[in-house]
Amino acid sequence: MNPFRFFSRSQSAPAARERLQVLLAHERASAGDSDLVTKLRDEILQAISKHMQIDDEKVRVTMERGAQVSTLAVDIEIPFDAKKAA
Amino acid sequence: MGKVVVVTSGKGGVGKTTSSAALGAALAQNGEKVVVVDFDVGLRNLDLVMGAERRVVYDLVNVIQGEAKLSQALIRDKRLETLYLLPASQTRDKDNLTPEGVEKVIAALQSAFDWVICDSPAGIERGATLAMRHADIAIVVTNPEVSSVRDSDRIIGLLDSKTLKAENGERMEKHLLLTRYDPIRAERGDMLKVDDVLEILSIPLMGIIPESADVLRASNVGSPVTLADNRSAPALAYFDAARRLKGEALPITIPGEKRSFLGKIFGRKAA
Repeated sequence: MNPFRFFSRSQSAPAARERLQVLLAHERASAGDSDLVTKLRDEILQAISKHMQIDDEKVRVTMERGAQVSTLAVDIEIPFDAKKAA
Repeated sequence: MGKVVVVTSGKGGVGKTTSSAALGAALAQNGEKVVVVDFDVGLRNLDLVMGAERRVVYDLVNVIQGEAKLSQALIRDKRLETLYLLPASQTRDKDNLTPEGVEKVIAALQSAFDWVICDSPAGIERGATLAMRHADIAIVVTNPEVSSVRDSDRIIGLLDSKTLKAENGERMEKHLLLTRYDPIRAERGDMLKVDDVLEILSIPLMGIIPESADVLRASNVGSPVTLADNRSAPALAYFDAARRLKGEALPITIPGEKRSFLGKIFGRKAA
């Protein structure tokens, strides 16, 4: 074991603190079950499924909850025959 | 009328039962009449931590179902005259814990004791919500660790919405009890500091219990940590916390900061 690793290792507590602050800000805001990002995700998928059949495997939804802004990315593969299938 | 205190946390294993027993004993050691009630139906442990496991005859559910009188179910501590335990049922389903039954039992205990300490089960289900329902004061037990802090935040939300006090538009008195704190690791930057946790949860601090081998040693022999060794670091911290619970304005000391030179060298308390 490298005896200098002990000194050079970066502190982990600041990361814990920051992660908690971001997470709890979101959890407190959505305590009344009104998490906007989750709602949006569900409604967007609903809206799309009205017009075409969505293959669950071809949909990628990613969310990133940040301290100031959150991002929601919906990535859907639309095949040529999507309309017919719906 | 006695005060009803709930000891809660959301997360399991952070020290609710240890703290309930230690605070109950600390209050009783100062002459207060105390009953500690185990709400963890199905997984009771307060009896074991307090060393009364072989004397349990009736339990909380028996009293609620009318199968035993409250006085029959209460177990008096062998060491402290004014300390009593009301055990939880080990075999019954937790659905037997009814809101009406709990209300009756708490009311009866309140008229007979100065302090009714409710040891909540982990989680946010029925047992936990019933344990906090009638509380005047809540003690939120938290470890300086991300999952414990998150769950405590959730519990604070419940204390402010699901308790009788909250429903009546009153303010629930909440206190943070930070347990398993290691000042050396916190100083090194590898554990959340007291101030970090306080800033995130923003409730007043009732005490800091240092990480200590004395806690396991006490539970091994079935003794609240304040009784097992009343000079140990966690015992002193619990005595202070109990005094703050009674309303005394004691300054908070961070354990370990008073470490002697020899203590630093040998990595242990040089008491």
